[in-house]
Amino acid sequence: MIELFKQPNLDWMGKAKYFFALSGILLLAGWTSIFYGHGIKYGIDFSGGTNVDVRFANPPNLDKLRSGLTTQGLGNTEIQPFHDIANPNTNEVLIFIEGKGQDESLLQSSRAKALDALNATFGVASNKPDFNLATPASLSAVLTERDPLFLSVNAGDRYQQLAKKIFDYRDADANGVLTNFDDLSKVPGVTPAVLNVVKSGFALGPFTIRGIEIVGPKVGAELRRQATFVTLYALGGMLVYIAFRFTGGQVGGQLFSFPKGVAGMVVWVLDKTIYGLAAVLAVFHDVLITLGFFSLFRFEISLTVIAALLTLVGYSMNDTIVIFDRIRENNRLLRRESFADVVNKSINQTLSRTILTSGLTFLTVLVLFLMGGQVLRAFSFALVVGIVVGTYSSFGIAAPIVVAWNRWRGHGAVAGTGPAAGNKKRGSEDLTARLAPAGRR
Amino acid sequence: MNPNLKWKGLFIVVAIVFCVYFLFGYPTFPTSFAQVKDNFKNQIKLGLDLQGGSQLVLQVQVQEAIAQETDTTVDRLTTALRDKNVRYDEVRRADDTHILVRNIDPSQYSVLSDIVGTQYNNVWDMAPAAGQTNSYTLTLRPGAVAAIQEQTVTQARETIEQRINGLGLTEPTVRPRGGHNDNEILVQLPGVSDLAEAKAVIQAGGQLELRLVNDPQTYPSIAAYMAQHTVLPAGDELLPACADNRSRPSGPDNGDLYYVLNRAPVVTGRDLRTATEGRNTTNPGTWQVNFALSPEAARRFGPFTQQNIGHNMAIVLDHCVKSDPVINGRIDDSGMIEGSFSQQSAHDLALVLRAGALPASIKYLQESTVGPSLGADSIRHGVQASILSLLVVMIFMLIYYRISGGNAVLALILNLIILLAFLAMSGAVLTLPGIAGVILTIGMGVDSNVLVFERIREEIRNGKSSPAAVDAGFDNAFRTIIDTHVTTVVSAAFLGFFGTGPIRGFAITLVVGLVANIFTAVYVSKTIFQYHLTKMDRQAELSI
Repeated sequence: MIELFKQPNLDWMGKAKYFFALSGILLLAGWTSIFYGHGIKYGIDFSGGTNVDVRFANPPNLDKLRSGLTTQGLGNTEIQPFHDIANPNTNEVLIFIEGKGQDESLLQSSRAKALDALNATFGVASNKPDFNLATPASLSAVLTERDPLFLSVNAGDRYQQLAKKIFDYRDADANGVLTNFDDLSKVPGVTPAVLNVVKSGFALGPFTIRGIEIVGPKVGAELRRQATFVTLYALGGMLVYIAFRFTGGQVGGQLFSFPKGVAGMVVWVLDKTIYGLAAVLAVFHDVLITLGFFSLFRFEISLTVIAALLTLVGYSMNDTIVIFDRIRENNRLLRRESFADVVNKSINQTLSRTILTSGLTFLTVLVLFLMGGQVLRAFSFALVVGIVVGTYSSFGIAAPIVVAWNRWRGHGAVAGTGPAAGNKKRGSEDLTARLAPAGRR
Repeated sequence: MNPNLKWKGLFIVVAIVFCVYFLFGYPTFPTSFAQVKDNFKNQIKLGLDLQGGSQLVLQVQVQEAIAQETDTTVDRLTTALRDKNVRYDEVRRADDTHILVRNIDPSQYSVLSDIVGTQYNNVWDMAPAAGQTNSYTLTLRPGAVAAIQEQTVTQARETIEQRINGLGLTEPTVRPRGGHNDNEILVQLPGVSDLAEAKAVIQAGGQLELRLVNDPQTYPSIAAYMAQHTVLPAGDELLPACADNRSRPSGPDNGDLYYVLNRAPVVTGRDLRTATEGRNTTNPGTWQVNFALSPEAARRFGPFTQQNIGHNMAIVLDHCVKSDPVINGRIDDSGMIEGSFSQQSAHDLALVLRAGALPASIKYLQESTVGPSLGADSIRHGVQASILSLLVVMIFMLIYYRISGGNAVLALILNLIILLAFLAMSGAVLTLPGIAGVILTIGMGVDSNVLVFERIREEIRNGKSSPAAVDAGFDNAFRTIIDTHVTTVVSAAFLGFFGTGPIRGFAITLVVGLVANIFTAVYVSKTIFQYHLTKMDRQAELSI
């Protein structure tokens, strides 16, 4: 049997202050960057604006592109080249025109201007349509008209299929930008005659439009609001579920007493929900740190990143619950040990599971980060950071919070002095009478 | 063997066979590998981000329709009050939902309240206007506003749907989006990377009217008309010529041109039975739109043209005069719209006319186009990443947990099959965030297996026999697995309910994956363990 840890026996709670300090440093670094450094960069779905995604056959001259855009009156544009780790020769550029304070119709016109600038700067000077910007319909129309295969029956349908095959080749095998018409002879069904028709009917431009996105300011604002609320709702829902499943306010079967009055009610509620609160605080901490990393590394927050953040919330919660579950179990079994020791023991018992699962999921998202292409880059970055932070926060933040709370309530040091019958359910009126007041020990 | 175990095994096999059949063997039973591939492609529908295509989010400007309703009411109320000889200073629209009736003769108030009470009882509320004697404010009821809003959005959606369907694209979707008060419509056009035509067709007004021309003369401006006539007769209206109708026989004139038309149209777009494009016979090389009227409209149109032979009939499209042919004889049910049309523009106009006019104008809120090469890239990356991570995880599990690891590998594969089969059955589309959801499901699946296996190891370390350790391990881990899964489902449910588009797709795959995971990682895995244990010696060591 391969085992990572034989019988780990580490004092996690004793190191809680170092964990808190580490979190403090990470939070400070990230949020200093957010407030005084790079800030938070919103993706187009939140900020609004126009995105044009262009792929070139050869590395484009970005200065020329910029001056071309400036000529069209688009001075305030961001030109961002992609560096794909898995596929370094993509020559892909994202042109972003900010939409702040712009009306929807202005956004539409900025798209047209961006396309004009591209055509003016890089387009081929030819009256023939550009093959790399053409659609299968236009090719099949040309083929049908010229009929290079002398088809009489179903000519239109068959040329349509051929056109589709040719464009599939362009989009998949040639990465969207064909550089030489002769490459098309690799497509089954393309005879020299067909090739000649394509050559005479089309010109070959040096770029293709990979995608266009226009988001109006209203949608952006609405989405920002929605994302915030969805996250808060999700956290609230989790808090309720965990508070329901993991009721605090007892250690080693001994129920806590609580003072009278409003303060007592507050303490009672906190007692009962402390596990849920600790878990949610830890997860919130993960989200804050991940956001800080987004600012430090200048990744954009987009709608998919929100999905990733919520996933990391789920993962981190997962880790926390596994540990809490052990604490719940051990809390019943180990009456003679202090609560901190119970927590230490629980973390140690689940340690190999924690390392295995986190390691494997980390590997999974690392693969996604390296190979997932630019669309998934920010998404997987959130998870790469989130899984590390989320795993750490379960034993570094969530568990110490519960321990600290129970210690403050006077039940942290040595539990289990109460009678074994303390495990039974009691009526609430004799609860204060039977239990020792807090801090008697 | 334990009969209970037999039934469990049977249930599992049936469920798996069903899923596999649904994914690979349906709708045509495969006889070759290519057919298996075809079936799979057929069953798993890809989202726009993976297959390429365009998406538009439009907003219907509902307040226009509400303002129009208020205007119509002002017209009707004015007519009704005039008919009853009620004296008042003015009736006007105060804002989109309010009408002000100013300074009505107090003795005739009962007539007004009668009209409002009988004709607009459920639509308008009347109250004395603040600060003005003998004046009243009519307020459009919130219920009526909501009704107009809903009707407008629905009608706009249906109209757009008809227009889009007329373009002959593959599987377009038009559906409402967002909340009730957002008035938003989502248009998805798979495989379309140039939105120009679709947008032109969607946005075209398409309001057609045939109106009688009341004055053979045209005027260069409204001021020029007023200089000659000082007052526009009630029932007449001045409308400009469309941009392509400005050159007159008397010589080209590129300035504005105004026609004096009858205010009431004889025929509107709603009376059309059909509209098609055709070649123009008088002006070769150009195109025109021919239309035919419904029988009911033809019964009106026939006598009308008979009476007005020799007069001009204006063809008004979106509030400008397209042409004004002379009525040469009785026309029953057909007509044409001339202008400088190409075949394409004539085709698009005919399409718009067939679908009818939009009840209010629309605004584009969002637009996104994914080119075919970007889609192909994304799917390649997504699938590669999924397969690679799956392989890494499987190899690790096999090395670390030996034979039991095989159990985990099987559970993971089954999990994926069930997840994909569910996606196929529910008709949900697989998007890029959806693939991410699949990868996360793999992660959760691994976690469940690790939890169970670690627990079994622990129980063995504590001295339990293999069968007891397996039982205790599953029992103890199950509690944890339920808690982790329910928590994640809770957060995914919020994503699904409140999120839109990609976030919802992600949530759906995640929830389905998690449910499938409980089945495979707990139920299936435990059954296999139990089967394995019945086959081996009670004292033998479990390979875990």
